[in-house]
Amino acid sequence: MLDVLVVGAGPAGLAAATALRARERSVIVVDREVEPGGVPRHCDHWGFGWLDLRRVLSGPRYARRHVELARDAGVELRTETTVLGWRAGTALALTSPAGPSTLSARAILLATGCRERPRSARLVAGDRPAGVFTTGSLQQLVHLEHQRPGTRAVVIGAEHVSFSAIQTLRDAGARVVAIVTPHGAHQTYAPFRWWTTRGRLPLLVGHDIVGIYGDRRVSSVTLRSRTGTVSELACDTVVFTGDWIPDHELARLGGLELDRGTRGPAVDSALRTSRPGVFAAGNVLHGAEMADVAALEGRAAAAAIDRFLDDGHWPARRLAISVHPPLSWIVPNQLAIDDAPAPPRERFVFRVATFLRDVHVAVAQGGTVLSETRFARLVPNRWYHLSSAFLARVDPVGGDLAVRTVGE
Amino acid sequence: MTFDVVVIGAGVVGAAIARALSEYRLAIAIVDAADDVGTGTSKASTAILHTGFDATPGTLESRLLRRGYPLLRAYARSVGIPVEDTGALLVAWTEEQLASLPALARKAADNGVTDLQAIAVPELYALEPELGPGALGALRIPGESIICPYTTPLAFATEAVVNGATLRLATEVRAVERGGSVHQLATTRGELAARFVVNAAGLGADVVDAMFGHRRFTVRPRRGELIVYDKLARSLVRHVLLPVPTKTTKGVLVTPTVFGNVLLGPTAEDIDDRDDRATTEAGIRSLLDKGHHILPRLLDEEITATYAGLRAATEHSDYQIHCDAEQRYACVGSIRSTGLSASMGIAEHVVELLALAGLALERRADRVAIEMPYIGQLAARPHEDAERIARVPDYGRIVCHCERVSLGELRDALVAPIPARSLDGLRRRTRCLQGRCQGFYCLGRIATLLAGGTERTVDEILGGEAR
Repeated sequence: MLDVLVVGAGPAGLAAATALRARERSVIVVDREVEPGGVPRHCDHWGFGWLDLRRVLSGPRYARRHVELARDAGVELRTETTVLGWRAGTALALTSPAGPSTLSARAILLATGCRERPRSARLVAGDRPAGVFTTGSLQQLVHLEHQRPGTRAVVIGAEHVSFSAIQTLRDAGARVVAIVTPHGAHQTYAPFRWWTTRGRLPLLVGHDIVGIYGDRRVSSVTLRSRTGTVSELACDTVVFTGDWIPDHELARLGGLELDRGTRGPAVDSALRTSRPGVFAAGNVLHGAEMADVAALEGRAAAAAIDRFLDDGHWPARRLAISVHPPLSWIVPNQLAIDDAPAPPRERFVFRVATFLRDVHVAVAQGGTVLSETRFARLVPNRWYHLSSAFLARVDPVGGDLAVRTVGE
Repeated sequence: MTFDVVVIGAGVVGAAIARALSEYRLAIAIVDAADDVGTGTSKASTAILHTGFDATPGTLESRLLRRGYPLLRAYARSVGIPVEDTGALLVAWTEEQLASLPALARKAADNGVTDLQAIAVPELYALEPELGPGALGALRIPGESIICPYTTPLAFATEAVVNGATLRLATEVRAVERGGSVHQLATTRGELAARFVVNAAGLGADVVDAMFGHRRFTVRPRRGELIVYDKLARSLVRHVLLPVPTKTTKGVLVTPTVFGNVLLGPTAEDIDDRDDRATTEAGIRSLLDKGHHILPRLLDEEITATYAGLRAATEHSDYQIHCDAEQRYACVGSIRSTGLSASMGIAEHVVELLALAGLALERRADRVAIEMPYIGQLAARPHEDAERIARVPDYGRIVCHCERVSLGELRDALVAPIPARSLDGLRRRTRCLQGRCQGFYCLGRIATLLAGGTERTVDEILGGEAR
């Protein structure tokens, strides 16, 4: 019987499969796209690979490198293969140009990634003209199909991916007329911001997009400031960036417990979901982390799966780890009380919803503070880490864990 | 050439009339100002196949609904239009609404719908466990169903076309020169000669009626905003959840769709602009408030679309269907939200009126049957069909992942008797780009495919310059 079936041939799935082959496990990776590699295939800029491959590559080259590593390790890659749903236990129903089929494995790894919320989910009013994109659809159009998206673009969002979209627009010859964020500042790193915008930054802070208008093609957007002033801006292209949601369809169809904060499957520190034999890694667990981080999570999942294949152990009881606003989510978000290894990279990853200065993030169990970490500055849409050293202080017969900010 | 009948308007009503006429030896043309079939009022309906239980008894609308409902059900089965028998629950939330339920049941009986059941609170929550708190009772209308609003007009028009009708899209009728035996229609794409003319112009029906010298009604569009929820919401609701109707509208409802989504809406707002299909912040907000009340957990689900439709309301509460024998002209106006359900009843009625007005009807023996691509969720789709994929592997190549649309289905839509010419046309025929990602994964590939299939550039397709 097949040891592991990996769903998704992005960085997390491929890195996990490669690591499992190194432990002499049989692995099949299925992916619904024509080409394996996941989202980095169309992120045509530098900055990929330093954390996991110890070299800096462009997105497409990084994707190709992971595919090569997996193939060299003997991983079977099946592209154009869509998972339709679950059979009993750890078997999945698939379809592909070879026809519908069922594939069983001793363990399953969900590495289905995440996507950006499109215009519809953000409830922007107005007409429905062409010219409205997400970073994903924009980059595929420009980098995979070699098309030009438009000439005057408004970018919604000012986080890392927003500047990736700006770079793509520039490559395609479009002018960015505004970058719109509800926050008081952009949320990326200054060098990346400078590189993609060459210092020219038409940033509109404290604004929300409220309407899109146009007959067949976008002709304008309306924006509202924090004081309620509504203004109109002429453009022919709108790109919605960020606002990530895990691609959790398969997790939900399988009845996996979801985390309220991330909307991805809830996992413990060994990346085990609530369904026995089913693990999850990469951006299906949370909004978009860097591809490198997803790949490292994939490797951590491989180690946990390898252990599971040896001992068949699945935790009976888990503690929940919940966050309180202004924290948005934390991953992992559960702890198995009888078996809680350190999480990937010995870190818990979290995000905040607002800008914060000089703040302490405390992990508590009941009345007991297990750890407190000071942050000089927390920025929304960026990832931050808590050391997992506090795991040694968790009381196995105590209650759930809560993470909150203290003071500011 | 001179057409025996020109039908103006390729919405669900015009297409149904053309289909009915195509059963006879007639030269038929269908013209529409838009670039596709069913793009006006038809595409933005709530997609419910109504029994007509709450129509006003004795009206033409009531009669044609009662006739159209079984006709459309049978037709849908024969050509592959997705239909699901969900039944509806008319839910009372106030004492006043509860008190009006018996009268509604009597009205239904007057409309010939006799199988309504009164549902008490415990049973109601057993039928709909996710229903919001505070419901006081309900009427169950077993016959109310849901139907595909896109396949229906396309099927009618396709059947007419494969049986010889001429379809002229992107062709707006600008003027009519009335003649003693032949009318000349001046369009944006040349002249059309017609012995008989049928006006099924929907939002433009009063304008066409004026071209024949009549002032029988004025269209005052009623805008309805709708929210579509992701397929993962489908398990939250089993029936069409109807509010108790008021004088102006049937109110806001929550209904599953045949695609497996959940629909919340519509609002009802009388507006002046016949092209204003913009959604509004206030409209969406009011729908969310009402949705939260009806089905609280719905609001946790992802929204895949918000849109507005325009219903062709007039000052009349009943359908305005007239046929003038002297003018050889039939007017089919004031067809509001029940047009989809009544379409085949309307068509049958109009054909009878045209016959009375002197149109010679000789039945054809050589009819070509059609089968529409199935895009519902109840039966197997092509990507689940082993035999079909074995013959054509492209049915196993999924391009739009959210809606699981295969390359084979997209290719079929580009070479259908009425092919897709735009992204919207492809959306309506296959469901592509209609899912939760709205093209995050597949827009580039689909736009390129459409460009290849229509010999246009991707720029033109994304510029919306559909011809």
